[in-house]
Amino acid sequence: MKKVLHTLIFTFLLSVLFTGVALAQSNTPPTDDEVNAVAHKLYCPVCESTPLDVCPTDACKDWRELIRTMLADGKTEAQILQHFQEQYGARVLAEPPKEGFYWLIYLLPPAIILVGAFFLFRSLKEWTKPKAAASVLGGAGSESSPEKDSYLARFEEELKKQK
Amino acid sequence: MFAEFGYGILVVSFLVAIYSVVAAVYGATNKSAAMVESARRSMLLMFPLISLSAAALIYLLVTNHFEVAFVYEVTSRSMPTYLKVTAWWGGQAGSLVFWSWLLAGFASAVTIRKWERDIEFLPWVIVVCSVTLIFFLGMVVVFENPFTRFWLVAGNVEPHMFAPLNATLFTAADGNGLNPLLRHPGMVIHPPMLYLGFVSYVIPYAFAMAALITGRTDDRWIRLTRRWSLWAWLFLSFGLVLGGRWAYDVLGWGGYWGWDPVEIAAFMPWLTGTAFLHSVMIQEKRGLLKHWNMILVILTYALVIFGTFLTRSGVLSSVHAFANSPIGPFFMGFVSLSLVTSIALVIWRWPMLRGETEMKSMLSREALFLLNNLLFMSVLVICFWGVIFPLVSELFTGQKVTVGPPFYERATAPLFAALMFLMGVAPLSAWGHSTIQTLGRAIWKSAVAALVITAILFATYTQNIIALIGFFLIALVLLVTVQEFLRGARARQKGQSENFFTALSRLIGRNRRRYGGYIIHISMMLMAIGILGMESFQTSTQGSLKQGEALNISGYTVKYRELASWDDKGKGVNFTRATVDVYKNGIYLGVLNPRIDYYFDSQQNMTIPGNRSTFRDDLYVLLVDWQPVSSMGATFKIFVNPLVNWLWIGSLLFLVGIIFAAWPDRDPAEEPARAVRKASQTSAAD
Amino acid sequence: MTEEKTDTKRGVSVTAQIAIWAFLVGLLALVGFGLNRARNPMAVIGDPVPEFNLVFYPGYEYAGNKEMKLSDLQGKIVVINIWASWCKPCEQEAPDLEAAWQLYKDSTDVVFIGVDYVDTPAGANEYLTKFNITFPNAPDLKSNISSILNRQMGVPETYLIDRKGILRQIKIGPFESVNEIQTMIQSIQ
Repeated sequence: MKKVLHTLIFTFLLSVLFTGVALAQSNTPPTDDEVNAVAHKLYCPVCESTPLDVCPTDACKDWRELIRTMLADGKTEAQILQHFQEQYGARVLAEPPKEGFYWLIYLLPPAIILVGAFFLFRSLKEWTKPKAAASVLGGAGSESSPEKDSYLARFEEELKKQK
Repeated sequence: MFAEFGYGILVVSFLVAIYSVVAAVYGATNKSAAMVESARRSMLLMFPLISLSAAALIYLLVTNHFEVAFVYEVTSRSMPTYLKVTAWWGGQAGSLVFWSWLLAGFASAVTIRKWERDIEFLPWVIVVCSVTLIFFLGMVVVFENPFTRFWLVAGNVEPHMFAPLNATLFTAADGNGLNPLLRHPGMVIHPPMLYLGFVSYVIPYAFAMAALITGRTDDRWIRLTRRWSLWAWLFLSFGLVLGGRWAYDVLGWGGYWGWDPVEIAAFMPWLTGTAFLHSVMIQEKRGLLKHWNMILVILTYALVIFGTFLTRSGVLSSVHAFANSPIGPFFMGFVSLSLVTSIALVIWRWPMLRGETEMKSMLSREALFLLNNLLFMSVLVICFWGVIFPLVSELFTGQKVTVGPPFYERATAPLFAALMFLMGVAPLSAWGHSTIQTLGRAIWKSAVAALVITAILFATYTQNIIALIGFFLIALVLLVTVQEFLRGARARQKGQSENFFTALSRLIGRNRRRYGGYIIHISMMLMAIGILGMESFQTSTQGSLKQGEALNISGYTVKYRELASWDDKGKGVNFTRATVDVYKNGIYLGVLNPRIDYYFDSQQNMTIPGNRSTFRDDLYVLLVDWQPVSSMGATFKIFVNPLVNWLWIGSLLFLVGIIFAAWPDRDPAEEPARAVRKASQTSAAD
Repeated sequence: MTEEKTDTKRGVSVTAQIAIWAFLVGLLALVGFGLNRARNPMAVIGDPVPEFNLVFYPGYEYAGNKEMKLSDLQGKIVVINIWASWCKPCEQEAPDLEAAWQLYKDSTDVVFIGVDYVDTPAGANEYLTKFNITFPNAPDLKSNISSILNRQMGVPETYLIDRKGILRQIKIGPFESVNEIQTMIQSIQ
């Protein structure tokens, strides 16, 4: 009997302790800075191209308060962003989510740039190929050695300085 | 009376532009010099004509003629006169007239020059300029007429140009007024600068088209438009910087660039314009890249037109966008026509654009310039794709998306870093040939010095790796560029036995383009310091304060002292001004006055920051109205923006550099002609 | 020496030309699409309204269903009212809408559905309680419904759909009176 009583009291005290801790957590409301940090990653769902942390409208104030409430409930930033996306659509995020079709925005530019770089280097290779055939035909392409070129360069430099 | 006059003149200008196209084409195809001259004269007439119309519009704006729909839209009695003038470009219709006026100015200026050597270009330059004018004037005359007036017709107020039957003129007591964000001295200069930049790119494009059509695909078109391109680039660059400064001053977002689609639409032609500036040097020095230069100038013009279209048609969602307008399809027709014609011409003349010389080495200056072009084009691809993607997404998934700053910053940062590295290496590379050894020898001292500077910064300022890389690159470029000045001056000193300063001034005086360019590079690095400071080290905090309470951030303490609120009926504004005391590390620095201005007529707020600027940083304090603001309590948002003023300092130096580089010196190709003229003058004088 | 031997006079290859023109056409088509959407953002009167889902707010279900599709309502006249708790003009028409609903709620013919546009659940709850709204209400999840009905959605707006699912009338702005709502419904009854 005594053992049961002790267990009950112990359990009761423990739950009081945990409740106290839980209450303590929700007693300090999230700061404006914390709200802004999350709002900065969102755009106002109704205004044109306005980030949520700077949007001045009443609606935006409500959304920021929603963020504050969700932070107070212990939600993480990722969860809050997910919630906003589900409620208002992907356009509310500051950049497209990394899923499905939207991968295209992240992958296409590097692909195009690599293609461009490939073309550039291929052209450079072609342009710097020693044109032995051309000199045989007596073409315009001159085949000069590095020393000749640097001499030419210096000579031109001197010429310019004389002006 | 003024409204009818203004509109009538625009119709006349529209018709004259049509005439000049017809006359020019006829004159060119039938080899009639008289017709071409007639076309030239009609082109010359455009500027005076449109100026008259513009004058009429400004008169109406400044004298509160609220029966004119445009005047009602953009002005109000409480606006000061200078802002009423700037309201000319404060709305769609007026800004289209402004665009046309600037284009007419440039077109008329171009026709004044001596055309003897390039007479075959003239008709086609006229055609391109006039066709563009026809489109812009057409949009104004048909769709977006700033001279329409309000009429009372059977109890309804309707806008028409000419009086409908049984209608009386309707004059409102007061106008709407400009959006408060636009009521700022920045309005005087930012849009005009941008528009100047956009419009002046029409001229190089016109010459490029003329070169393609006439088959004169040699350097001539580039030499003729070199200075135009440079000035166009100056205006565009300045327009962008001014936009940034304005946003920083009045937007209250704590930043200067938001990667907003319309900002990017103005940035894209700047990217190709910069690439063009560099690659024309290759064509001039080495005869290469004729294809590429042609493509670049067409691309720049296309981006200008396309960007203007996107901004005005409602296709993009943006804080800058004009309200929805009927000009959309018409403008799109113009864009399509320009693109199709340009591409067709380039493809037709492709074989004629072959260059003469080959390249010697992968590290020569030409090769590095090409790499520079690749990097600029890469940034362009990122920007273009980011602007277009919301449309693509909506088309394929039905869902709109937002492409915001994180995407652009992450993608372009490494490219800009690579560009900075190139800025440090390319000046040391020679035209025609360079090797790793020659470059290494030229750069190692600057590289080591830059590393030392970076190490010092690591020890004293920051451990942020990205920022340190940025500082290293900035230091490298600054050192290499300054070294170029010193090397050149010293070589001249020895050669000409002048003292150092004479040598230096003669050196840069004789090579304005090169050293002006180097000054521009230095100014860009100063701007980079500002950007790096903001991106890497900006801190902010927000909090509600009761009187006497304070917020702390980065060593600053900002204490809320008091609040004052009053109406200014004359300006039509309610001011709410907070006074805060600023301390740094305990030392009292002074007072700041952030404000919220409420405009009665448009029922909008403006948040004006209290800003304390030093070379080291800005302390930027905003009054925020998340909670109602009162003397009991107010919410403040405070930014500390390190190094931001180097951005503005750099842009001033940029102005110096570009004016220096563009300052006319004698065109060397005209030397023989000049000598002949001089000889004939002296012989005639005998 | 013939010119065809050297490649210096070669024009643009056919593949390149096809690629360039295809890209241009694609780009112009895309922009044309965007322009079209910008100029014609609304659903068209006389056309069937595309399908969408409704996930009702707890306590505001329709006939006990937590979720339903628009097509489930075929055979009835549907009045879709778009509102938001942060919208002042919406408050103006809210009592009239509820009063009108009281007139129609017992008929199996007419359905009122409120769609809450970019709103917070807390704000929605407060609004609905304040005006004693009893007709079914659902949030516009992912802004899907508004992007179908009006890409440039403003609030309040009301859409009248007939028994065959065709859009018959659009009302932009708040209703002035209960009578106005009745007249609108009667016009297609």
